[in-house]
Amino acid sequence: MFVDGISDQDLAALGLTLRLAAVTTVILVILGTPLAWWLSRTRARGKLVVEAVVALPLVLPPTVLGFYLLLLLGAQGPIQALGGPSLAFTFTGLVIGSVFYSLPFVVQPLQNAFASVGEATLEAAASLRAGPWDRFVTVVLPLSLRGYLTAVTLGFAHTVGEFGVVLMIGGNIPGETQVVSIAIYEHVEAVDYGSAHLLSALLLGLSFLMLLALYVLNGRFQLANR
Amino acid sequence: MTIEARFELHRPEFTLDVDLRIAGRGVTTLFGRSGCGKTTLLRCMAGLEPTATGRLVVGGDIWQDAATAVPPHRRAIGYVFQEGRLFPHLTVRGNLEYGYRRIARERRLVKPAEVSDLLGLEPLLGRRPHELSGGQRQRVAIGRALLTGPRILLMDEPLAALDAMSKQEILPYLERLHDELQIPVLYVSHALEEVVRLADHMVLMADGRVLAHGGLRDLLTRADLPLAHGQGASTVIEAEVRRHHDRHHLTELAFPGGTLMVSREDVREGQRLRVRIMARDVAISLSRPRDSSVLNCLPVRVLEVTADPHPGHVLMRLGLQDQVLLARITRRSLEHLGLVPDMAVHALVKGVAIT
Repeated sequence: MFVDGISDQDLAALGLTLRLAAVTTVILVILGTPLAWWLSRTRARGKLVVEAVVALPLVLPPTVLGFYLLLLLGAQGPIQALGGPSLAFTFTGLVIGSVFYSLPFVVQPLQNAFASVGEATLEAAASLRAGPWDRFVTVVLPLSLRGYLTAVTLGFAHTVGEFGVVLMIGGNIPGETQVVSIAIYEHVEAVDYGSAHLLSALLLGLSFLMLLALYVLNGRFQLANR
Repeated sequence: MTIEARFELHRPEFTLDVDLRIAGRGVTTLFGRSGCGKTTLLRCMAGLEPTATGRLVVGGDIWQDAATAVPPHRRAIGYVFQEGRLFPHLTVRGNLEYGYRRIARERRLVKPAEVSDLLGLEPLLGRRPHELSGGQRQRVAIGRALLTGPRILLMDEPLAALDAMSKQEILPYLERLHDELQIPVLYVSHALEEVVRLADHMVLMADGRVLAHGGLRDLLTRADLPLAHGQGASTVIEAEVRRHHDRHHLTELAFPGGTLMVSREDVREGQRLRVRIMARDVAISLSRPRDSSVLNCLPVRVLEVTADPHPGHVLMRLGLQDQVLLARITRRSLEHLGLVPDMAVHALVKGVAIT
């Protein structure tokens, strides 16, 4: 079945997928940290609304999310009306879509990790002369390592598995916006089951290994950080 | 140095309203029932209650008033929390040095090695908090607070979460702190046994207010305060170990009002210590009894006779030079002996506890 090996186009799709997932994850960790911190500490009423919005991608069909992003980012969309470029069918557009799509997978583990650090420990740090930023770096971050590990793994893996959003706003431009999941769909459409099989097996193995690594590392943390 | 603390804090169903001057030396205990505002007052002083208003001046520096509110991490306090609150991701050494590394060199009063030595932490330095017993954890918490070079040490019931064994393990360390450090300590407690052992001054609190404030011995024996009427009504006497009587396994203690014999204790001759005499362990005799088994008989003068919660009992305040001894006797004995103020009588002390 794997007689032809992997084509250049499929290789490009694989590279693009990994690049997209990596960029998205980095952005999500940077944006998700302050958002999750705020959610874990605030008593503002708006918190519930923000939490619901963050969780939306969990229940929304990706095509719905993709459709609205297309309206927002595409030709004649508000971004372009304000003088910006059309981001539909570009890698940047894919990154923006993925950030929304994978948001809960990064924010929720971080929020849980931050919440479990507890006000009591932070008060102790303050009484030991640590200012707010110092407390975050030297107490909250080390105690939230497991949360970060979970957030990074889930954010990355979920972005790798993205299909609907990409199809709506990225289309299927090889080397530009064609990711693995869409390449697989293409192969199936073209009844090229061999290539579809190869890519599918690669994705399956990759996802499994990432999750396995997560659980192994998590177990280690549990032992070391009881 | 004095500490001036005035705070107001309003919460549903609780109001804190205190105005205190705290001695710049020795241990001041905040004593009162759970929920009377002791811990809240401590938290106000540390800056951990942002809604509290008032004024806090420590040794001339204003930490809080209408215009100023120094944030918690800029107040030179050491805070020992009830539950220790050690950092789980750091070793004992890491916990001890956390605050130490964050203060200016000239503010460092003690070195980590000295603190480890004082609190017996040397063998624990490489361990993580989850590998420590409750008493060990609390010792680390105390050491960690001392290493921040505090101008005042706030201790919030540091023994409350510990079992009786751990308490006995940690109390000697607290006494050493009391003897060796010049830092004023504000110690929250609702256990009279700890208070009589450690306190120099006492702040009696109830319902968010200060009921009385003064020297430990004064407050313990004031008939108008609840302490003298509770189960634990007692007097504390500072005494010196005079000598041991080997034949009878007794230890003789001297104090300005006389001497006391106690069952032999493991103390040095010349050592200064505190003894606690419970009001229920003191009996009255008109003459010096010749045929009694009670060892300790002290000549005293009746100062005052007041009612006690039980209608069959009275509480007597007895003058012993400049000290006051409490005795709880029955109303029947009071009438039978015809005891009135200013009478010279003998106090028979049945039990003396070295604290």
